[in-house]
Amino acid sequence: MDKVSLELGSGGRTMRDFIARTIVPVLGNPRLRKLLDASHIPGGFAFTTDSYVVDPIFFPGGDIGTLAVNGTANDLVVSGAVPRFISLALILEEGLEWAALEKIIHSIRRAAKRAGVEVATGDTKVVRRGQGDKIYINTSGIGRVIAKPNAAAARLGDRIILTGTLGEHSLAVLLARGDFGLEAKVRSDCAALTFLLPLWKKGAIWMRDITRGGLATILSEMAAETPFPLVIDEEAIPLSKAVRAAAGLLGIDPLYLACEGRAVLLVREKDAARVLAALRKHPLGRRSAVIGRLDDSVGRPGELILRTTAGGLRLLEPLTSELLPRIC
Amino acid sequence: MDLFTHKTAISALLGKIKSLTRSRSSPIRVMEVCGTHTMTVHRYGLKTLLRESGVDMISGPGCPVCITPNEYHEAAIRLVTEREGLILATFGDMTRVPTRTGALQTAVPAPRSAVRVVYSPEESLTLAGKEAGKDVVFFGTGFETTIPSIALMARKARQAGLRNYAVLAALWTIPPPLRAVLESGEVRLSGFLYPGHVSAIIGTAPYEFVAREFGLPGAVAGFEPADILLAILSILEQIEDGRPRVANAYGRVVRPEGNPAARAVMDDILEPADAHWRGLGRIPRSGLILKPDYAGVDAVRKYGLDLAAGSEDLPGCRCGEVLRGVAAPPECRHFAKTCSPDSPRGPCMVSYEGACFVHFKYRDVGYG
Repeated sequence: MDKVSLELGSGGRTMRDFIARTIVPVLGNPRLRKLLDASHIPGGFAFTTDSYVVDPIFFPGGDIGTLAVNGTANDLVVSGAVPRFISLALILEEGLEWAALEKIIHSIRRAAKRAGVEVATGDTKVVRRGQGDKIYINTSGIGRVIAKPNAAAARLGDRIILTGTLGEHSLAVLLARGDFGLEAKVRSDCAALTFLLPLWKKGAIWMRDITRGGLATILSEMAAETPFPLVIDEEAIPLSKAVRAAAGLLGIDPLYLACEGRAVLLVREKDAARVLAALRKHPLGRRSAVIGRLDDSVGRPGELILRTTAGGLRLLEPLTSELLPRIC
Repeated sequence: MDLFTHKTAISALLGKIKSLTRSRSSPIRVMEVCGTHTMTVHRYGLKTLLRESGVDMISGPGCPVCITPNEYHEAAIRLVTEREGLILATFGDMTRVPTRTGALQTAVPAPRSAVRVVYSPEESLTLAGKEAGKDVVFFGTGFETTIPSIALMARKARQAGLRNYAVLAALWTIPPPLRAVLESGEVRLSGFLYPGHVSAIIGTAPYEFVAREFGLPGAVAGFEPADILLAILSILEQIEDGRPRVANAYGRVVRPEGNPAARAVMDDILEPADAHWRGLGRIPRSGLILKPDYAGVDAVRKYGLDLAAGSEDLPGCRCGEVLRGVAAPPECRHFAKTCSPDSPRGPCMVSYEGACFVHFKYRDVGYG
């Protein structure tokens, strides 16, 4: 590959390989090398950044502004930090409708309020028509560290909890593009995950928000760190009717679809019931479910295994190269 | 549909299958003709469950992207790299098939030309309406399931007098390669799982030669795990009775006579021709080409494409053997090592229905 391809940004292995081969050898330091969503930095803070290029910029359930706040806040939450401040950098294409821009700024205000973050600094650039696509946003975020996620500390029997249904964000964006000529009432799940913060003190030892690559990719990365095989029960995974139907029609596997307001938690066995009950009380966690556990009765350490609805077992691989560009 | 995927139903069916295979000294060998069946078998972990129940599943030639030989892919690459102002529209996985002259995805188009991924044949026609100053060529591949919708594009374009639209048709029919697989005698089979969607169009009669001439049982199967197990159960019962036939285990979708309306569309626009399949070679009357009436929208005639000018598969690629059921994907030395969905050596690792891709994506636990 002598030129950058879209695959690089898919959140799958191609991107990880790129980071490992091209970024880390040049820029690597002990903190960056961990390749986490957010880094813990001196003074008890966590620091993260993310860029948003979603197409279309408005979709049912949100827009590029809501994404830019929630995505960055969520990276902090799952890194064990309370989101506090974000920066806002706008890259605008000449000719963007003024009304669209204002609408996005107001979305940012509302989302920031809800996530409890303050927009503390910002920047605006405009590029010529055709040199960008309407609007791109970068946000960086700083949060106060309250916990240190550690998947390696997992014990046999620890449970995996998923905080809701999978894939609504991907599907809402794909349908809004009109590529498939399908219509369905699907809203993006885009939301701030700050309601998960108290769970760091109630038995959660690791969390990740389910973004690009989907549940399968994120859990494979976790499984690689834990000392036992991770077994997921397909039947327990909550799916909305729309995602189930669309996935069947389009041949898309919901286990690889991105969300913007869902997370998976690794929880001590003894705390699982309590954490689940707490999650289900929150409107964003109503469909939470225990979907798996660390189990040494099958497979090998490092493996992520799916027990299918039919009762069969198979390995779940991280996303390799399926192409759903500009989903966030 | 949950009834068809639920483990209670599945384990009951597996129990029945096991009771019928118990007395046999070796596992029965069933070829799933269709790539979507391959996917269900692996997606639900049925491969291992079936093996434990005395049934070995073998993947067959039923992936249109896979069996389209490199001649077609290279002709498409030549079109878009050599002709100015031409949009080559095709399905996403077709752009990633590697040939000795690269893949459509990485080809550098001629000035004002481009490769465009479409999700339906209709989209390519819409594109031709929008891009009046350019030629649009739809590179479409499929079996009887998708052929009617591709053929319709040729008809609509001709009716609308669209002069900038043509179809590069890589269209294949399912029954002839089954005969080719059986006549070669390369692979020992106990029965066929016939493809559900294809059968919804062609009905059950075109498979009857399998039972009549080769004495082999078979059943049309749907795409949920229980559908597949029901069809396997029917194959086992046919073996037991010693009366091979074409059973229909997908009655909720497939009628014995198929879909005559869809076939009429095909017959009106297309005619059978000898065709070259990857791995299976030339098979008489196994492909469909546009009738002479449609020469104006036939990319082969319009651009004088030479479909014999292609080259071989990439060195070491065993896609051909996989498509014949002679080799299983993990037997290839490149599998999951120097061939993966990231960097495929052949179409079986590209297509979502390709046996190599499916084996790669849905790997068995403690195996491969």
